[in-house]
Amino acid sequence: MSKISIRRDDLIKQLQKFLSRSAILYEEEDTRPYECDGLSAYRHLPWLVVLPETIDQVQKIMRLCHQHHIPVIARGAGTGLSGGALPADESLILSLAKFNQILDVDLPNRVATVQPGVRNLAISEAVKQHGLYYAPDPSSQIACTIGGNVAENSGGVHCLKYGLTVHNIQQIKIITIDGELVTVGGGGLDAPGFDLLALMTGSEGLLSVIVEVVVKLLPMPQRAQVMLAAFDRVEDAGEAVANIIAQGIIPAGLEMMDNPAIRAAEAFVHAGYPIESAAILLCELDGTNEEVSEQITLVKEILNTSGATEIRTANNDQERAQLWQGRKSAFPAVGRLAPDYYCMDGTIPRKQLPHVLQRIAEWSKKYNLPVANVFHAGDGNLHPLILYDANTPGELERTEEFGGKILELCVEVGGTITGEHGVGMEKINQMCTQFNSLELTQFHAVKEAFDPDKLLNPGKAIPTLHRCAELGAMHVHHGKLPHPELERF
Amino acid sequence: MTDKDHSKSFRDYIHLAYEERKPLQFKAGGSKSFYGRQTETPIMDVSHHRGILNYEPTELILTARAGTPLTEIEQVLADQNQMLPFEPPHFGDKATLGGAIASGLSGPTRPYTGAVRDFVLGVRIINGKGEIIQFGGEVMKNVAGYDVSRLMTGALGTLGLLLEISIKVLPKPAQAITLSRELDVNEAQQQMLAYAQQALPISAACHDGQKMFLRLSGASLAVAAAKKQLGGVELDDSATFWRSLREQQHKFFSNSPSLYRLSVPASTPITTFSGEQFIDWGGAQRWLKTDQSLSTLQDKAASVNGHCTLFRHQNEEYDVFQPLNGTLKQLHLNLKLAFDPHNILNPTRMYSDF
Ligand SMILES: Cc1cc2nc3c(=O)[nH]c(=O)nc-3n(C[C@H](O)[C@H](O)[C@H](O)COP(=O)(O)OP(=O)(O)OC[C@H]3O[C@@H](n4cnc5c(N)ncnc54)[C@H](O)[C@@H]3O)c2cc1C
Repeated sequence: MSKISIRRDDLIKQLQKFLSRSAILYEEEDTRPYECDGLSAYRHLPWLVVLPETIDQVQKIMRLCHQHHIPVIARGAGTGLSGGALPADESLILSLAKFNQILDVDLPNRVATVQPGVRNLAISEAVKQHGLYYAPDPSSQIACTIGGNVAENSGGVHCLKYGLTVHNIQQIKIITIDGELVTVGGGGLDAPGFDLLALMTGSEGLLSVIVEVVVKLLPMPQRAQVMLAAFDRVEDAGEAVANIIAQGIIPAGLEMMDNPAIRAAEAFVHAGYPIESAAILLCELDGTNEEVSEQITLVKEILNTSGATEIRTANNDQERAQLWQGRKSAFPAVGRLAPDYYCMDGTIPRKQLPHVLQRIAEWSKKYNLPVANVFHAGDGNLHPLILYDANTPGELERTEEFGGKILELCVEVGGTITGEHGVGMEKINQMCTQFNSLELTQFHAVKEAFDPDKLLNPGKAIPTLHRCAELGAMHVHHGKLPHPELERF
Repeated sequence: MTDKDHSKSFRDYIHLAYEERKPLQFKAGGSKSFYGRQTETPIMDVSHHRGILNYEPTELILTARAGTPLTEIEQVLADQNQMLPFEPPHFGDKATLGGAIASGLSGPTRPYTGAVRDFVLGVRIINGKGEIIQFGGEVMKNVAGYDVSRLMTGALGTLGLLLEISIKVLPKPAQAITLSRELDVNEAQQQMLAYAQQALPISAACHDGQKMFLRLSGASLAVAAAKKQLGGVELDDSATFWRSLREQQHKFFSNSPSLYRLSVPASTPITTFSGEQFIDWGGAQRWLKTDQSLSTLQDKAASVNGHCTLFRHQNEEYDVFQPLNGTLKQLHLNLKLAFDPHNILNPTRMYSDF
C-alpha cells in the first residue's frame, strides 16, 4: 500500500520549478526505455523518471521524495543483471545519465574525480595519454557507469590481480534520503571512523545516491601477454588454475570457458578458439618486460604438465585483443543461440568446480535447458548462462527454478549467490538461503541507519523476514529450515 | 595455549551484558591497547578463542579465530611461501589476527598491495545484542548483502566482537630488495610521486629524514631491471629495515611523548606540517613528532582532505581521531546503534560519544 502523499501531477509541478521540462519524463513513450535493466525478463513501467544534472537538483529531488514518501531508484546505464534498477510501483527513477563529466585528473596522486554517470571505459580512455588506466573492467565497460559499478561493486576479468571496485576507489560523495551531501572516504588512503566507503560499495542503491567518485588510477603495465590453453577435460583446466597459483603466480586475468561457450564465442567473433575442446583457459600475465617473459615460461610448463592439449601465446596487441574478444563478448555470443538467456553469478571455492559443473549438467538435462559456462576461474566466480525462450509458456519459470538451484548449490559448497552482479530483485529469494534471520535483521538495521523510511530502492537486495518465512515453508535446506523461528508466519 | 572455540560462552556473556546494559572492553593480546581512546570499561579477555580453521594455499584463503596469534598465522603461511599481504604491524609478540583486523592498521606496502580491509573476505561476529552472525565468506568475490566484513575492519570492536575472520592471502614475491639514497625530503617526495606513475615493481617507499628507501618486489628479473634503473645502495637486510618501520622500532620512533599519524594525499607539501617527520606510503602516511596541538594538526589535515590521529600519547583523556561532523557523524551514531543498541561494545574507544 502506497503512503505517497502527493499526486503525480503535483509532484511534476514541484519538480518543474528546478528541472527543465526535458529532464522530467512521464509519458509512456518516454519512460518505456527505463522499464527494465539488463535483466529484461523483469519489467515494470516507471511512474516518473527524472534526469537531474547538478548535485543541488539531486538534493532537491531527494527532499521532495522524502517529504512525500516517494521511493527513489537510482539508475546508471541500466546494464545491471539482477534487476537492481527495476522500477517499483509509484516510484521515481533517478537517472544519473547527465552526470557524465570527468571533473579532474590528479596525476601526482594518481586519482581521477568523476561524475557517477561517466562510463567505465571512458575513464581509462581519458587517462591513457598519461600511461594510466582504471583497473576494474566489467565486460559491459563500454556502457556501464562508474556509479553503477560502485553500487554493485563490479568486477572484471582483471580483478584477480587488481581487485574489485571497492579496491579501486578512494572517495565518494553521496546524497542521503533527506537530501544531505556527505563525503565518504578522503584524499588519503584511509579515512577516520567506520569504513563507510566499503559499506556503500555494493549497497545497490539502498543506502544513498552516489553523485561523485574518486577512482584510483594505475600505471599501465609495460607488457601484458595472454595465453590460451585448451583442455580435453574441465577438471584438468581447473587443476591448471590451482597449479598456477600454487607456483606463486597471480595472473592479471584467468578465465575459463566450457565447450558450449567456446563454440558460441567462436561462431560470433572468430577469435580462433579450438571448438573441439572441453574447456579453454585464458591466462594473461602482465608486469615488467622481464617479469612477463619469466612467467610465460613458467606458466607454459604448468599448463603442459596439467594436461593442456594446445597452448597459444598472443604475440602482439592485435592477437591479444582477438583472444580477449571471444571472452568479453561471451554473453552476447551465447545470446545468439536462443531467444533469451539467463545469466547466473555464483562464486564457489575453486576446488568445487568439477562437482558444480557436473550438477549443472545434470539439471540442464532434467530441465531440458542448455547451459554455457563462463568462469572467472582465478577467483571462483561462475557465470552459467541458461538458454531459454520466454515465449514458450512455462519456460521462464523453469529457467528461474533451475537458476535458483544453481545458486543454492553455490551456497551449499561454501560459496555465494552473487559474485559481482548483485542481488537486486532477481536473487532476493536466494538471500534467504545464504543468510539466517539474525543476519537479515542486522542488514535491515544497517538499512535503517541510512534510510529509516525504506524509500531507497525498496524491495531489492535484502528480503523481508516474512518473505523468507513463506519461502522456508516451500524449501527445506540441509534438512533444516533456515528460519525455524519464523514458522509461525 | 590450545586451539579452542569459545564463541558460545562469549555470546552468552555479551548477551547478559546487553540485558544488563553493562559495557565491555575486548582485549586479546593487548598489543594495541595504546591505540584509540583510553577507557575504564571492564575488560573481557578474548585471547583464548584461537586456532586456524581453514587454510587453502591454492585458493589463497585462510580462516582463523580472532585470538590466533599473528606470528602463528605468518609462520603457517611462510611454510607455503605465502604471506599476509597487508603486512600488519604487531606492536609486540602477543598480537592477534582479531586485533590486526579491528585496528585496521596496514604496513608499508599499503599503497602498492592494499590495506587490511582489502583482504578481508568474511567475518563471524557477535553483535551488541549477543547474537552470532556471519557475513561474507571464503570466496574472493561476494556481493550478497552489505559488506559488513569490511565495515568491521578498523571499527576497533565498537560494532561487534570478531570471532572468525577469513582473509585473502598472497604468494610471497620471488625476491625483495631495498635501495637507499641520501636525498632531501622534498626531492624524495617528488621522486616517489613520479615513480608511482610508472610501471615499476615498487612495494614500499619511505623517507626517514635523511634517506629515501625503495623496496622492489617481484620476479627476480623484474627486480634486477628496476634496480638498474633506480640506482642507490642496496641494503643488506631489506626485511629488517621495513619491519623496524612497521613495528615503530626505528630510531625515529624512540623518545617522544606523542606521535601523530597523518593520512593525506601523497602530494601534500611536506612543509604543510612542521616538526620531525618520517614519510611512509610514498608520501600518503606521515609520522610526526611536533609541539603543535592535535586540533591544529587536524585542521591542517582537513584542509588538504586528509586526517590526523594522535597515535601514541601519555595523557589518558585525549580524543585521538579526527572529529566527525554533521551528517557523517549522525550516520556513525546510527550505525553504532544498528549493531550495538545499548552501546556496550568498546564504548568511547573510538570517539567520546559512542
Ligand atoms: C553484457 C554484460 C556484461 C556484463 N559484465 C559484467 C562483468 O564483467 N562484471 C560485472 O561486475 N558486471 C557485469 N555486468 C553487469 C553490469 O554491467 C554492472 O552491474 C554495472 O556495474 C551496472 O552499471 P550501470 O551503470 O548499468 O548500473 P544500473 O544497471 O543502472 O544500476 C545498477 C544498480 O546500481 C544502482 N545505482 C546505479 N547508479 C547509482 C548511483 N549513482 N547511486 C546509487 N545507486 C546507483 C541502481 O539502483 C541499481 O541497483 C554485465 C552486464 C552486461 C549487460
